[in-house]
Amino acid sequence: MENKEEIRLMKGNEAIAEAAIRCGCDGYFGYPITPQSEIMETLMDIEPWKTTGMVVMQAESEVAAINMVYGGAGCGKRVMTSSSSPGISLKQEGISYIAAAELPCVIVNVMRGGPGLGTIQPSQADYFQSVKGGGHGDYRLICLAPASVQEMADLMGMAFDLAFKYRNPALIIADGVIGQMMEKVVLPPQKPRFTEEEIIKLCPWATVGKPETRNRNQNVITSLCMDPVEMEKINEHLQEKYRSIEENEVRFEETNCEDADYVIVAFGSVARISHKAMEMARKHGIKVGLLRPITLFPFPKKEIERLAKRVKGFLTVEMSAGQMVEDVRLAVNGKVPVEFYGRLGGMVPSPDEVVEALTSKFVK
Amino acid sequence: MDIQEIKRPENLIYQKPKSLLDTPMHYCPGCSHGVVHKLIAELVDEMGIQEKIIGVAPVGCAVFAYNYVDIDWQQAAHGRAPAVATAIKRLMPDRYVFTYQGDGDLAAIGTAETIHAANRGENITIIFINNGIYGMTGGQMAPTTLKGMITSTSPHGRQVDINGYPLNITPLLALLDGTCYVTRQAVHTVAAVRKAKKALQKGFENSMLGKGTSVIEIVSTCNSGWKMTPDASNKWMVENMFPVYPLGDLKDNG
Repeated sequence: MENKEEIRLMKGNEAIAEAAIRCGCDGYFGYPITPQSEIMETLMDIEPWKTTGMVVMQAESEVAAINMVYGGAGCGKRVMTSSSSPGISLKQEGISYIAAAELPCVIVNVMRGGPGLGTIQPSQADYFQSVKGGGHGDYRLICLAPASVQEMADLMGMAFDLAFKYRNPALIIADGVIGQMMEKVVLPPQKPRFTEEEIIKLCPWATVGKPETRNRNQNVITSLCMDPVEMEKINEHLQEKYRSIEENEVRFEETNCEDADYVIVAFGSVARISHKAMEMARKHGIKVGLLRPITLFPFPKKEIERLAKRVKGFLTVEMSAGQMVEDVRLAVNGKVPVEFYGRLGGMVPSPDEVVEALTSKFVK
Repeated sequence: MDIQEIKRPENLIYQKPKSLLDTPMHYCPGCSHGVVHKLIAELVDEMGIQEKIIGVAPVGCAVFAYNYVDIDWQQAAHGRAPAVATAIKRLMPDRYVFTYQGDGDLAAIGTAETIHAANRGENITIIFINNGIYGMTGGQMAPTTLKGMITSTSPHGRQVDINGYPLNITPLLALLDGTCYVTRQAVHTVAAVRKAKKALQKGFENSMLGKGTSVIEIVSTCNSGWKMTPDASNKWMVENMFPVYPLGDLKDNG
């Protein structure tokens, strides 16, 4: 491990592991599942407990892993887990508890095709689960969608920063393509892990033991509140936090939207494919732009609303039956047509298919 | 000697532990939880470990343990306390970390977390309150409910052909290489309370010695769930629970 920036050729999953160590992660707790097992394999191979002191544990289940994250996060530690779609479903109870107890943590979902055991091929069909809640109750996750191996590394640090800024779980919502493909990546320099003194200062709520010397009440990490009047206040506080996240943390990337007649909205690996489709369409004289949300929650609805005032239509492309398209439609609010093209069950759309969808639905 | 003199601090031979908060307990009169909570608070005081101990509360009656014992607590999802405690201890190895779990939490929904934490030899203390019933939800059948025992979901008595056998999980945990100390205690008499306290202290001490997991089962009463008076509950426990869950050390690696 180098204490400086480093350029490597690696898989997206490996980049997650490397970046986690380098951004000062205290603990990783996971359970093997394809197509993301390289994350834990890489960590176990590097043995960061010998260098940074980071704990890496293979848990007995995804359920145990997310509850280990709860325990670690409750101590103010920078902890994370990773899994793929069926495993993320198993974690939902724990994620709801973590969101309710306002604990910071990072969860990585390298999505595969579902429903059920589905397939190990890539998919984006966990969009609803990720951005609308997933588990029980009213809560939101900060959802970051990487579109390259470089972004797998970059968003890791950002996810921890946002998680601690808002005391909220952050989800890196990647797909099997990004997890498995190899690209050049610039890894960040090693950041030191927080010391216990720093944690006590940064996270006065953390359960590190009630000091007899300093006068503070006991710290309790819980999501239980039997009084509905109080529970409503807790919920209102959470909603206020989510509104603040929506106000301040929207991230997206736009290409060629300035003069576009049509805008493709796509995230993750599908945004890469759509980028190629955009170039092909422009060669045919169709003015196409690309809007790539980097945060899926908060969703760039204001930007879509702005574009809807002057473009002729939107095409949302996803590896799902059409999930993000609902949020695009809500933002466009009927001003212009919003069409959808998607592939299902582990199939990846080709740029040709996207151009064909665009021309058949809009240009005709 | 009048009452005011008796109450003077220098004349006190017993007082409420400092680490026991003043919040009135929600536990039913006669319930074992209150006694075990007091023992934990006494040990926190006597061992001087308030700033070094983190408790993990379960789902069940003891979900509110943090209202009574003045230490830092995390309240875990149902059954997941050993996983939560695992991470706390791994990330802060110089802390005393314990779970406090009922039979439904530890031996039904949390069986996997319990067995795997114990099998990994996590240096935590597992306090297991076994009263053979779900108290918080109103007296349903637990994994440890005795054969023939009436509960709200076994209203004709637990029948083995329908419900299976009572799960005797503590001997199972004693079989695992990861456990260093497995004992079964009760708190129904003064002598039993003293023994249970010694067992709890040993469990806490073990967690700092790196020897593995300590399991302290407390065979307990739930007089509300059992629909008996506190006194009758204690007698019923001695006559019916102890033969199935006999008291004593099951394993002690010294």
